[in-house]
Amino acid sequence: MGTMSKSPWLLHYDASSCNGCDIEVLDCLMPKYDIERFGIINTGDPFQADILLITGGINSQTEPVVKQLYSQMPEPKVVVAVGICACTGGVFKECYNIKGGVDTVIPVDVYVPGCAARPESIIDGVVKALAILDQKQKDAKSGKTAEADDEAGGTNG
Amino acid sequence: MRILSVLGFLILAPFLGGLLDGIDRKISARMQRRVGPPLLQPFYDLKKLFSKQTIAVNNVQLLLNLSYLVFLMISGALLFAGTDILMCLFILSTADMFLILAASSDSSPYANMGASRELIQMMAYEPLTLLVAVGFYLTTGSFQVSEIIRQPLSALLFMPGMLLGFVFSATIKFRKSPFDLSTSHHAHQEMVKGLTTEMSGFNLAIMNIAEYYEIVLILGIFCLFIINRNPVSWIFAVAFCLFLYFIEILVDNACSRVKWSTMLWSCWTVTLLTGGINLFVLLLIQ
Repeated sequence: MGTMSKSPWLLHYDASSCNGCDIEVLDCLMPKYDIERFGIINTGDPFQADILLITGGINSQTEPVVKQLYSQMPEPKVVVAVGICACTGGVFKECYNIKGGVDTVIPVDVYVPGCAARPESIIDGVVKALAILDQKQKDAKSGKTAEADDEAGGTNG
Repeated sequence: MRILSVLGFLILAPFLGGLLDGIDRKISARMQRRVGPPLLQPFYDLKKLFSKQTIAVNNVQLLLNLSYLVFLMISGALLFAGTDILMCLFILSTADMFLILAASSDSSPYANMGASRELIQMMAYEPLTLLVAVGFYLTTGSFQVSEIIRQPLSALLFMPGMLLGFVFSATIKFRKSPFDLSTSHHAHQEMVKGLTTEMSGFNLAIMNIAEYYEIVLILGIFCLFIINRNPVSWIFAVAFCLFLYFIEILVDNACSRVKWSTMLWSCWTVTLLTGGINLFVLLLIQ
């Protein structure tokens, strides 16, 4: 276990969800699932968060908010899209005001499908995100940044 | 001996404070029928915070946060060196002022609200803190901590009211419900982070370490009420501190946050009833 995965702090944002997934996210904090066992805290503060949990598809009103929250989070950080609407837009995909899944606005690391996503699968998704978080920190330490990756990809392509 | 005691405080206090915080989170979780995080979770959190990128809207925040930490260390060092308790309490207030400045150094409305609430909290507990120092002087004839702990009888026997009042105002100092107005450890409050809204990574880690120093410092002041010439009293003092901390956790889990005005008048009423009457009696029996 790395430094990051021992104390991941969550930021939960509802982009346009029907609240089904939100209630399941909050369920994870309840005594039955108790994600604080893993040192996970639900912070309300992007400055202190490591994992951004987003529920619901992105619409034109939440787009700037999601972008701002993402930019306010310190590196290393991961994004988990919870629920099928956050993954692809779901049943709202064709709506005039919906842009689609979270990945239309910011890079997403883990997709958790389901309608509503079950607490078990949300915890599973967060655990997957932890591995990515540790990897990102390792990369940052060895001096490999996302920009360097892009440049390398650019020359190869 | 003095140097050893100060060094012991400076080196061990963050570990002791962190451990107390870990116990706090574990007991709170059990009270809510949860398993809770590992005992050493606060240290994992600190380690992570130090490894994170630090985003600061205003660079002066780091300096102010470090000042908060340093002034708390000085205040604690004064107490554990056995010097003037009045000076120790004044420097404790100065340290808090730096935290307020750190929080109001950025433009976040939440941080600014947290800062003004912290000021109100200071107004609420400060009168009693001063009364306690005066109480120690009237009881023992000295403001020197080394004199206070060398009395034949515990100060508790002369100032039970002040102790009660200090327990009440310690809830503010420990940032526990119902008086965790400026910033909270729990996510269910109406303004969760308040003061610490714009603190990230290194900044937040510094603030947390400072809080650990503060916990140990406040518990150290509680020990002054118990400790006397008899070495056995030290054991009672430590036991009393642990009991008190448990009570604070219980109150934290059983109460919801109050409005600032309720906090202010309840704190001043308690100050007047416990500290004021105790002081009056002390003046009479002198």
